[in-house]
Amino acid sequence: MNLVIHGLVQRFVDPRSGAQATVLDGLDLITGDIQALVLVGPSGGGKSTLLRILAGLDAPAAGTVAFDGEPLPNGEDALIGYRRTVGTVFQAYNLFPHLTAMQNLLLPLVHVHGLTEAAARDRIREPLERFGLAGHAHKRPAELSGGQKQRVAILRALIVRPQRLFLDEPTSALDPEMAGEVLDMIGELKAAGTQFVLVTHEMGFARRVADEIAFIADGECPALAAPEKFFAGCGEPRVVSFLERTRRV
Amino acid sequence: MPRWLAHLIVFALFAAVAGWAFASLDMTWNWGVVWEYRWAFWRGWWMTLGLALAALLASSMIGLAAAVMLRSHFPLVEAVARIYVEVIRGTPLLVQLLVGWYVVAAALHVGTEYRTAVGVLVLALFSGAYMAEIFRGGLDAIPKAQVDSARAIGLTRWQAFRLVILPQAVRIVLPAVAGQLVSLIKDSSLLSVLSIGEFTFAARNVNSATYSTLESYLPLAAGYLALTLPLSALSRWLERRFRYEAA
Repeated sequence: MNLVIHGLVQRFVDPRSGAQATVLDGLDLITGDIQALVLVGPSGGGKSTLLRILAGLDAPAAGTVAFDGEPLPNGEDALIGYRRTVGTVFQAYNLFPHLTAMQNLLLPLVHVHGLTEAAARDRIREPLERFGLAGHAHKRPAELSGGQKQRVAILRALIVRPQRLFLDEPTSALDPEMAGEVLDMIGELKAAGTQFVLVTHEMGFARRVADEIAFIADGECPALAAPEKFFAGCGEPRVVSFLERTRRV
Repeated sequence: MPRWLAHLIVFALFAAVAGWAFASLDMTWNWGVVWEYRWAFWRGWWMTLGLALAALLASSMIGLAAAVMLRSHFPLVEAVARIYVEVIRGTPLLVQLLVGWYVVAAALHVGTEYRTAVGVLVLALFSGAYMAEIFRGGLDAIPKAQVDSARAIGLTRWQAFRLVILPQAVRIVLPAVAGQLVSLIKDSSLLSVLSIGEFTFAARNVNSATYSTLESYLPLAAGYLALTLPLSALSRWLERRFRYEAA
C-alpha cells in the first residue's frame, strides 16, 4: 500500500469547557509502497486519532488521505461502505459481550457481507483452527483470556477479507504473555502478506514487523523512516529523545 | 439455610401477623354474599389482564422511542421527550386519566366505545415516561467502545442499535422494567375512575351492592398478586438466562 496524507487536521471540542483542542495539526505523510506501517510516538501525540481517520471511523476537519491513489470518501454513508472493506481492532472491548466468540465472528459475515450462516461457518472453521481458537468458539468474551479476546477480535476483522487492517495498540491492555500471543498472530499476518497500519508502544515489535515507522507527535509527523534508520534517530531530535525515554523504561 | 426455606419462614411470619390482626377485628365475615358475585370478579380480572398486557406492550414501545429521543443530538427532539417525561412523571395518573378522557378525547370527539382504548393509551403514556428513563439509563450504560466496534465492522447505525446496543441494554434494564410493569398492573386499577370494567371496578361494584368492604377488596389483593408474582418470577428467570459478565 502507498499512503499519502496532506494537511490533515482534526479538532475536538471539550464538551465541558467548550474549548477546542487541535489533535492533528496539518499532518503530512507519504509512505513508499509498503505492507506494514507502524505509528509510534508519545501519548496524546495524535496516533490513535490518525488511525481512526484512516479506518474511516472519524472524518477529519481538513486535509486529504489516499491509499494507493484512492482518496478516503466523505460522508457517513460512503464511510460505512469504506469501513466494510477494511478491518479495525482497538485496545480492548472489541468483542460484543452478549455474543459467543463464534457469534462475534458470524455477525459481520452474515449481517454486513450477506453470507448465509452455513457459508460463514465454513469460512470461519479453518482460521479458527489455525489461530488455536477452535476450542473457545462457544465461549462468551467474559470466559476468554485477554489474549484470546484480542485474537478473536483480530480474526473478526480478518475474516471478511479486508484490503488492510488497522490495529490501535492491540496489546496495551494485556499482560506480557498474552501480548506475546497477539504479537505472534500479527507477525503471522505479516508473513502471510496482510497489509496493516499498527499503533503500538512495543518498540521491539515495531522494529520487527514495520516496513516503515512514522513518528507522530504534537499532531504532526516529523519523521518517517525504515526501522533501521528510525532507531538510529533519523536526525530528528524529538525521535532521539523519545527513543531514549522508551529505552529507559 | 436454603433460600426457599427462608422465604417460607418469612412468609409464615407475615401470614401470622396478618392473621392475628384480622382475628382481633371482631367482625362477622360475609363471604357468602360476595361469592355470588364471583363472575364479576372473574370478568374484571381478565379485563385487567388484557388491559395490562396492551398497556405493557405500548408503554415499552413508547418508552424505548422516548429514550432514543432523549439521547438525540437535535435539541427539539430531545425537548419533546424531556417535557413529556417530566410532565407525566410529575402529575398524578388520576388527573391524566380524567384530562385524557374528559378533555382531550372529548375535544377530539372520541366516542364512548373507545373509552377503554383511551384509558389504556393514557396508562401506556404514563408508564412509558418511567420506561423512557429506565431505557435511557440502559442505553447510556453501554460503553462507547461497543459503538465503535459495531461501526468498525461495517454495521449501519440501525444495525448497531438492533444487534449490539439494544440486546445489551435490555439485559441491564430487565429488573427495573419488570418492577415498572408490576407498577403498571396495579396502576391499571385507576382506570375504574373512567368506569372501565376492570378488576378494581368490579370490586367497587360488589362492595356497593353488598356493603362487605373487606370481602370485596381482599380478593382484589389476591387477584393482583396472581398477576404480579408470575411477572417477578419471569423477570428473575430472564435475568438468569441473559446473565453474562461484562467483557
